[in-house]
Amino acid sequence: MELLNKILEIVNTAILSANGTISEFRGDFVLTVKSSQIIQIAELLKNHPELQFKLCEDITAVDWATRENRFSVVYHLFSLLHSFRLRVVTVLEGSGTAIDTVTSIWKTANWQEREAYDMYGIEFKNHPDLRRMYMPEEFEYYPLRKEFPLLGIPGSLPLPKK
Amino acid sequence: MEKLTKNDVHPKIVQALLDINSDITVEDVLDNEMILNMGPQHPATHGVLRLLLRLDGETVVACVPELGYLHRGYEKMAENMNYLDFIPHTDRLDYLSPPANNVAYALAVEKLIGIEAPKRAQYIRMIVTELARMGSHLVAIGALAMDVGALTVFLWTLREREKIMDLFDLVCGARFTTSYTRIGGVAQDLSPDAISKIKDFIGQFNKKLNEVENLLNGNRIFIERLEGIGVISAEDALSYGLTGPSLRGSGVKHDLRKATPYLFYNEIDFDVPVFTEGDCLARYFVRADELRESAKIISQCLVQIPEGEVMLNSPKKVLPRKTEIYSRMEELIHDFMIVNFGVNPPVGEIYSAVENPKGELGFYIVSKGEGHPWKMKIRSPSFINLQAIPHLVKGHLVSDVVAIIGSLDPVMGEADK
Repeated sequence: MELLNKILEIVNTAILSANGTISEFRGDFVLTVKSSQIIQIAELLKNHPELQFKLCEDITAVDWATRENRFSVVYHLFSLLHSFRLRVVTVLEGSGTAIDTVTSIWKTANWQEREAYDMYGIEFKNHPDLRRMYMPEEFEYYPLRKEFPLLGIPGSLPLPKK
Repeated sequence: MEKLTKNDVHPKIVQALLDINSDITVEDVLDNEMILNMGPQHPATHGVLRLLLRLDGETVVACVPELGYLHRGYEKMAENMNYLDFIPHTDRLDYLSPPANNVAYALAVEKLIGIEAPKRAQYIRMIVTELARMGSHLVAIGALAMDVGALTVFLWTLREREKIMDLFDLVCGARFTTSYTRIGGVAQDLSPDAISKIKDFIGQFNKKLNEVENLLNGNRIFIERLEGIGVISAEDALSYGLTGPSLRGSGVKHDLRKATPYLFYNEIDFDVPVFTEGDCLARYFVRADELRESAKIISQCLVQIPEGEVMLNSPKKVLPRKTEIYSRMEELIHDFMIVNFGVNPPVGEIYSAVENPKGELGFYIVSKGEGHPWKMKIRSPSFINLQAIPHLVKGHLVSDVVAIIGSLDPVMGEADK
């Protein structure tokens, strides 16, 4: 609990108008921040000597389909100093799909953001190499969006040319 | 060998491979450089990994991995099936250690529902997880040795793994696709026969491992092929998000069994092997030492394992026993509801991660209170570990690429999901 208050204090004092909030479910702690400030917050969480979230475990997106703000981007960070895992959630406003990349902070973000782009169509601004991760480059859809049918779309994956 | 043409390689991959500003294409004849396509059908890439290598003579200048040849869309499938239905699919993620994946998934769903398996079930889970770790590391060591030219070791380690397979057969009824865990416990109890067989296996294991190590640790060719190859510093390893033996080979003592203890690992005495060199040889040493630690953990588990139930008694959340379903009305109803409509965990989202043989396997599950997850993200260690390959192979020879892939030990079933 002490650590959580410290995180909140560090984030809210270092970045004005951050208004970060922390919630809890089943022992997982979630820090909710604005998507426009993600780079500053990520840098702070990684480099602050009392926090040191050096390991970025996972980056993904969630498609809420019917909500007003359709997509959220979710980061799982781990601090080896405290053996503590923090989930950072940013909600993209409206039907927006753009957010800044954190590749400059954690190199692992490169592929994880490519995967989120491939599956959800989230555009990571200033990403060095934003290509599809799994699907072929010609594929036009984003498979993990809720409107994409489970069985796929006939003809969307052409057979390789002989 | 046929020459690569423009149609074989997508322009964006070429751009990633060559410098962004250069105007050379794949078909251009370069002075000293060539582009080599390695995989997806290549015996040394451990599955369907495809690497595009830009070579200067025999030295790798740049490398672009291409994934997705085994992409089955498990995350999409998970959104469309019950929590219980997904258990067999976890076998097919890291197919060299299926019970470890089963346990990881069961722990994630149990965390979401808010239940905990009985103590005996948790000990059994620890035993099968460590057996899976041993099986996986044996294959990793054998395949690494085979990749650099020592074929005998592969046969010897696979012989040991075969014994583990037989144990799985005895414990779960299946050798390979075990699907052993259930939500709230494990499918069946360990029989006394199985326990004594596991004891026998652990008793003779260290001797067999010593034989394997005798073949490798004094083998000059093996050492020289791996020492100083594919070096990654601790800082880079963390930045690339490496976990498991690949991270511990770089001198970072991070093991989720110690950092965030799950099951009953806090009741077990074991060490986390760490090597500081960060090269292929260090990653091999970490795996070899982890084999010993796993054997140690299993022998302690076999002593400490308590008697009792192996499935939780929680009728609305956990499947009842088969005999009760056929004889009692209540249980029949519960079984029908769980199988047809799922366990309906509360609204919320959780992330649960365990230390798998390859690294940290995490499940991020978002529930809307329905029988199936709204979203499930699989954080697979092989996928993240593979990302370091372009960094590791830069400046090494083509033959070293094979050793580096072997030392990272990727499993494409997991990397491609």
